[in-house]
Formats: sequence, structure tokens, C-alpha cells
Amino acid sequence: MATVAPPLATPEQIAKYEPVIGLEVHVQLGTRTKIFCSCPNEFGAAPNTNVCPVCLGMPGALPVLNKEAVELAMQASLALHCEVRNTSIFARKNYFYPDLPKGYQISQYDRPVAEHGWVEIELADGTKKRIGVTRLHMEDDAGKNTHDGYRDSDSYSYVDLNRCGSPLAEIVSEPDMRSSEEAFQYLTELKLAMQFTGVSNCDMEKGNLRCDANVSVRLKGAEKFGTKAEIKNLNSFRFLRQAIDYEIARQVGVLESGGKVVQETRLYNPDIDETLSMRSKEEAHDYRYFPEPDLVPLQISDEWLARVKAGMTELPAERRKRFVEEYGLREYDAQVLTATRELAEYYEEAARVSGDPKLAANWVTGDLAGMLKAEGKEIEDSRVSAARLGELAGLIAKGELTGKLAKEILPKMWESGDAPRAIMEREGLKAMSDTGEIEKIIEQVIAGNPKQVEQYKGGKTSVIQFFVGQVMKATRGQANPATVTEVLKQKLG
Amino acid sequence: MNVPTLTIAGIQEGLRSRQFSAAELASEALKFAAAENPKTNAYLLLSEERAIQAARNVDAALARGEDPGVLAGVPIAVKDVIVTKGLRTTCGSRLLEHFVPPYDATAVERMEKAGALIVGKANCDEFAMGSSNENSAFGPVRNPVAPDRVPGGSSGGSAAVVAQGTAVASLGSDTGGSIRQPASFCGVVGVTPTYGRVSRYGLVAFASSLDHIGPFARNVHDAALLLQVIAGRDARDATSAFAPVPDYRQSMQQDVKGLRIGLPKEYFDGLGDETGLQIRKGIELLRSQGCEVVEVSLPHTQYAIACYYIICTAEASSNLARYDGVRYTTRSANAKTMIDMYRMTRGEAFGAECKRRIMLGTYVLSAGYYDAYYLKAQKVRALIAGDFQRAFEKVDALVTPVSPFPAFKLGEKLDDPIQMYLSDIYTITGDLAGVPCMSVPCGVTREGLPVGMQILTRHFDEPGMFRLAAAFERAGGFSV
Ligand SMILES: [Zn+2]
Repeated sequence: MATVAPPLATPEQIAKYEPVIGLEVHVQLGTRTKIFCSCPNEFGAAPNTNVCPVCLGMPGALPVLNKEAVELAMQASLALHCEVRNTSIFARKNYFYPDLPKGYQISQYDRPVAEHGWVEIELADGTKKRIGVTRLHMEDDAGKNTHDGYRDSDSYSYVDLNRCGSPLAEIVSEPDMRSSEEAFQYLTELKLAMQFTGVSNCDMEKGNLRCDANVSVRLKGAEKFGTKAEIKNLNSFRFLRQAIDYEIARQVGVLESGGKVVQETRLYNPDIDETLSMRSKEEAHDYRYFPEPDLVPLQISDEWLARVKAGMTELPAERRKRFVEEYGLREYDAQVLTATRELAEYYEEAARVSGDPKLAANWVTGDLAGMLKAEGKEIEDSRVSAARLGELAGLIAKGELTGKLAKEILPKMWESGDAPRAIMEREGLKAMSDTGEIEKIIEQVIAGNPKQVEQYKGGKTSVIQFFVGQVMKATRGQANPATVTEVLKQKLG
Repeated sequence: MNVPTLTIAGIQEGLRSRQFSAAELASEALKFAAAENPKTNAYLLLSEERAIQAARNVDAALARGEDPGVLAGVPIAVKDVIVTKGLRTTCGSRLLEHFVPPYDATAVERMEKAGALIVGKANCDEFAMGSSNENSAFGPVRNPVAPDRVPGGSSGGSAAVVAQGTAVASLGSDTGGSIRQPASFCGVVGVTPTYGRVSRYGLVAFASSLDHIGPFARNVHDAALLLQVIAGRDARDATSAFAPVPDYRQSMQQDVKGLRIGLPKEYFDGLGDETGLQIRKGIELLRSQGCEVVEVSLPHTQYAIACYYIICTAEASSNLARYDGVRYTTRSANAKTMIDMYRMTRGEAFGAECKRRIMLGTYVLSAGYYDAYYLKAQKVRALIAGDFQRAFEKVDALVTPVSPFPAFKLGEKLDDPIQMYLSDIYTITGDLAGVPCMSVPCGVTREGLPVGMQILTRHFDEPGMFRLAAAFERAGGFSV
């Protein structure tokens, strides 16, 4: 039954409606081994080599829960402000697919490991909004089917079960988001929280972070939710935004043409930037959940939870707050410096060594960031260590270096890997602290530029910049510009 | 040496006194098994190479003066739903006709470490579903006692090999009576230990919350010794118990004076004349040994069959999903698409009973039916377990028949699945409650068909169960 889809809605039409969005996010937990067996939890091995009877679903093999996976799920739950249940139950989710060797996924159903959390996002106007986290549950990942690239791909599909049994946390949000931007912010914060706690590296390209969205629209002011569609395959931040925006326009278009949105699962196709129907509500799987009889209920004592909590790193939002309060950074800089856990840790080390956190922040977000960008590197690949950058900032703070000299020295540090002091000694660079010597040079500069002296005395005080420049040139930047300005003012009367 | 009359103690004595070597015993037992098997079809495979290699290891250990293990040189058969590394394991199913597992079940590993010789894989109902062994894709097993009759099921082959004497002991599996019922039909000892007592790692799952591995033997002592070896915590099975394994030999030396035996009244209504007569004689014998016999009630017994067939089919529908034609199973040659691969492979290769249970189980787990069936059955299961708990506050053990009737004729009940399901009535409650239970031979009918008496005790009270069984055996109960 082919029907012509109604046109996408216009911006005016969309403006009449309010989108309601909830996200289901799968995060691959960064454990050493898989969730129910001792195979390495690794990416990139030759197909079907990271496998054993358990993750292959061999007859008679049994799952045994990995403690590290539970602890990472606990950390993820705490990072999302969830309540961790004392008792949670694993359940089988039954369906047939070649990448699912047991014929069921071991997941959690009515008693997940954690519930009732939230993620705080910042809206465009600077206000904060909390997005509810309904639940977090643990499950095992499936393998991968490959449908092309082999000689006989026209008649066969290939199955690789290396990923099978990789531990996942599925994080389900409340339908609290009202735009693709909010969904984007939510996923960004969630990813940050997972990275900061070390729960997952959240590499979307490797499938360590996967996202589905439930999208519906309702007329502004309406109380009842509209019929939702589940959008799958939102595997990049860009796709997330595009797919949700497309879906909102599609649904409003349907409603504005007098139609009805149907409950269904749709797949986002980034090549054509559209969502396409995958299966209707009637075709939806009946997963026949029931408690997994091969596993005992997961018991998490208060003591265990407290121990895991005590061992956790600070969350990005907390860290940001501390950077502002403790180091006196501006909100914006604190935001930039907590973009990743590595960057935040780099900065804190540099700040500690320098003794001047604000100055250290300027250097990390300024010159160093520029050099990293120029070479396409991340902070963890920086050729200048946090301690060395801290030393450099410290030398400026103590007046041993001027900012101008430091700008010359930093690239040399990058090239050689040497300490700033070693470069200063080698090149004879240091701030001129002998005021007598500076005075002598200033006097020479004044004597050599009578015309400018006339102008200054005639009231054109901005000429002082000319004198500062001349002095700095004569001292090869080793003089402190503030000191120079002060002495100049005295001498010029 | 006379293979069919050997016991574990006899083998140990024979090896110690150099009457025979383990290698001689192995080849003798294998030769005998090969000769006898056409009469019963009890073995699906004989593992000469593996048994003889294990026997050589035993002989070498003996020559070095080392302890070769408590099961040294004992020929043991393994039900074909228990995986054996390098030995084809079919589960009695066409789907696994060519499946050679890459690993051993924990129970198998432990037996071989104790010196046992794995002589072969025993026939069984397909995926352990059945009460007569007629559901095997590789043909039925005949009862060695009466070849026109069934050996019981699903561990029919495991019971038959012990009854015919081609193995000294065997491993079976029990989900609703699959060890005790064939033990009673074939006149051997069969033990279903407490749930969690023996690791299920390597036992191909039928209904995970009910599946047990347990031993068959010709006497109580041998069965207890085999259980002693395979029992105990296994890190590879999350449901295996941490409780330490006591020395069962000690308890078997004690008398039973003053033990309180309960007879659940629900188990004696409608009991067949011949079976009832033998069981009552057995109870009298226990009384004569000083046991105090009282009547008790397990009031929820009438719901047990319905409860059992909901839970076991639900779990089975999920456990059997993996036989899909993708990996180790045979794949339908007619399938051209993925959906056809599933439908045709499973449709063509599963037997009728498996299909029936998969469909039942899929139905009871479906959206909208889960609460009415599966959830309610779990509640009933808790009530049944509660019945046992209350009974065991009053008595030390329960004694009941194993089956309402002795071995029936091949084909007799094949067309009436309900009648077949009802024959499990006395055994499924023990599985639902997870308590240890066993069948000991308790005389024969006028036709010479064996009758089994069931003994049940509290969770992990295998010592109490063996104590009673051994005393019964000593008092001559086997030949009541
Ligand atoms: Zn594995």
C-alpha cells in the first residue's frame, strides 16, 4: 500500500507545535572483560576470535556476571544522580537474529539496577533545565552482521560475534526535551559524565555510544502527548539533531495535512537526511521478557555502593563549579576546561604547578589550544606536559618571564620537550629585573626621539605606546611592559 | 572380572589387588557395551579412545604409587544432554546431530579428574523432554528388564546402561522426574540432588530453574560416591551453591532408629494396586528399622502439573531459541531467506514434543498472558515449596512412590501427551521445590517390573536422604 507522504511542515506550521523528545542511550562499559564471560572486551580483533562457549551461546554454557561491569554501571548511575536499587533482576529479552547467538539478550526489565535520576542542561538563555533519567539497566551487546564486502555477499551475510557479550548500560530519559537542541545538550552532558567517571570512552564511531529517540509533537498548550515514533540509528551528534528536526517537520506535516501520526519505529538515513519507516506497532516484537533463571538477583549493599561512590572521580558539573569558586575562573573558561576529563586534569595539574590558576587557564585555553589545533591533536597528545606548562605560567607569575618572552618559549618547548628554564638559559632570555639597566635604556630611547617627546609634552599622551614599543625592542622583550610604562611616565614628566 | 556385577568398591579392590588393570576393565566394558547395545539402543556413542586413555592414566598413577582418585577405573556413561569435549553431543535431536562441543561440563571434568572412564553418551528424549525416551531422534531405548517396555525418560539411556550392566554408573539430568522415573522403571538407584548442589555448566538447558544433573548407580553407596565427586560450588554456574559438601559415606553408616518419615496423603490417592503394594511393603520395612511413620499433607500438590508445565515450557521456549540454523545446528537445505532459515530449520528438525513445548512456552510468556500464566505459576511454585518446608518441620524425610505405574509398553502413551505428563505427578514437586530426592528400587510387580520408592529430604540434606536409602537397602528393601 503505497501512499504519498504529506509534505514536510513549514517553519510557521512547526512554530504552532511543541515537540516532546525522550532519548534511549546505550553506553558500552569500558570493562576489561565481557559482561558474562572472561573474553576481552576489545574492539578490532579478527572476526570471531574474541569468543568462547559462553558468548557464542553454545549449548550448556552459562553466564556469570562481571563485577567490574556492575561497578561501572553503579558509577554511571551515580553520575546521573540515579537511585541504585539494592536488588535488581536480569531478564531475558527474546528475539531471533543471527547476531544474537542465544536467541535472547540478557537485559533488565521491571527491576533495573538504577532509577529516578537527572541530567542538567543549559538552555540558550543561560537558564538550567533538568532532564529526568527514568532508568539505567545493564545488558549484553549483540554481534554484528555484515551484508556486503564479501565475494558471496549477494547470497550470504557474515556474522562476527566479537562484540557479543560486551557490557552495555541503557539509559532511558523521561520525555522532558522540547527541541533537538535540548536533546543535543542532554547527550553531550551524558557523554561527559560517562567519560569523566571513566565508565566509557563513548566513542561514537566505534559504537560505544548509541542513541535512539522517541519523538512526538503536540499543539502548544496541549496537555496530552502526541503519538510517538521511535527513531533509530542516531549515531552521531549531528545525525541526532538532523533526524529529530526532520522527524518534527514530518510529524507536523502529517498533522497539518489532516493526517494522523502512527506509532512506529523509523530508521534515520543520514545519506538522504530522512527517517524511514522500519516497522509498525503491529509488527513490533513481543520480547516475552521473563527473569533470567541462569543468574541470581543482583544484590548491591549500601556498603558496596558507598565504596564505589568514594572511588569515583568528580563529575563535570561539579568540577566546573569548583573551577569557578576555587580558581576564580570565568564560567566560560570553566566550561571550556571541562570539555573532557583529560583536559580538566591537564589544566588542574598546570594550575597547581604554576601557583596562578587564572594565568594557567589563559595559557591552556590560549596558546596551547592554538598549537594543539594547528596539529590536530587532543590534549592527551600534547607535546608539552601539564607540569611544564605550569612551570612556564609560574615563571610569568613570578616576574621572571614576560608574556611576550613566554610566547617565544612555548613553541620551543613544544619542539624540544625541554623545560622553560633550560630554554631561557640556552637562549639568554629572561625578564630584566635590574631597574637601573631599564632606566638607562629608557633614557637612550627618549634622547633618540625628540620629536615624539615634543608630541607627548604637547598633550598627545598616547605616544607613550611608541616609547614602550621602542624599549621592548631594545630589551628583546625582556623588560616588563608595566614597569617600562611607569618609568617612562616619570621620565617624560 | 564380571562387568555387569561390578561396583565402585569392587573396582577399587580389583585395581588395588592387581586382579585387573583399568585398561583391561575399560576394553572389557566397552566390548560388553558394544555387544549389548543393539538390544536396548541405550548408547548413542561409545567413546573407546577417551575411556582407554583415561584408564591408562589410572594404571600409570597406580604404577607410580599415586592415588588414582575415588572413581578410578569406573566405567561411567553420560547422558547426551551433558557436553563432552570432542565427543558428539546430540541431546537426542536432529538439530545437534553433528555437534561436537569444544568443552566439558563441570561434572564430567570432575569425574574424569577422580579417575572415571567416560565410556559413552547415553540416549535420551530430545532435549530431555519426555517420560519414555521415545522422543529421541535416534530411536527409542528398550528397558533391559522388559524389552517391549520403555525405560522411562528422559534419562532412559542412563538408567538402561546401569540396569544392563554396561556401565557401573551414569549421569542423567532431571527437570521433572527424568532421573527418578527411569531409575524406578529400570530398577536402579537415581538421585536428583538439591538445586544448585551440582553445577549445571555444560548441561544443555531445558528449563534452567528446574534442571539438575544427578547420578545413576546400582546401589546407594555408588550413587552417593558419584554425587560426592560432582557436587560443590562451581564459579562457572552462578546458581551453584556455596554450601560445603559433607562426606556422604559417614551418614550411610548410621541407623535410622527414631527418624520421622512423612507420607504425603496426596501421593497415595489413586495409586496403582501393584505399585501401591510394593511401596507399602517398603514403608513397613522402614518402620521395622525403627522409623516413625506419620501422615502429612502437601496441600498444593494438585496444582503442581499445571504449574510445572507452564514454567518448564516458558524456559524451554527461550532455551531452545539458539538452535536456529546459524551456527552449530544443522540448517534446512530448503531455506533461501533468513526467515525461512529459522522456520524451516526448526520446523523440519525439532520433534513433535519439543515443538509442542516451545509453542506452549511462547504462548505463556506472550504480552498479555504473562501475568495470568507465568507469574501465577511462579506464585504456585512458592506455595508448593512452602508445603515442603512445613512438612519438614514435622518430619525428617518424605517417602512416596516415584511413578503411579511401572514401565509401560513402547508406544502405549505416545499419542496421549496429557497422560504422559500426568505420569510425572509424584516427581515434579521435588524439582519445583528444589529439594533433594531419589528413587531406590523397592521390589517388583507380579510381572517382574521394578517399582521405585522416592525419598525426599530438606534442602542440602543429601546425608539424611542417603542415610535412609542405605538403611533401606541394607534391610533388603531393594527386593521387598
Ligand atoms: Zn566469551
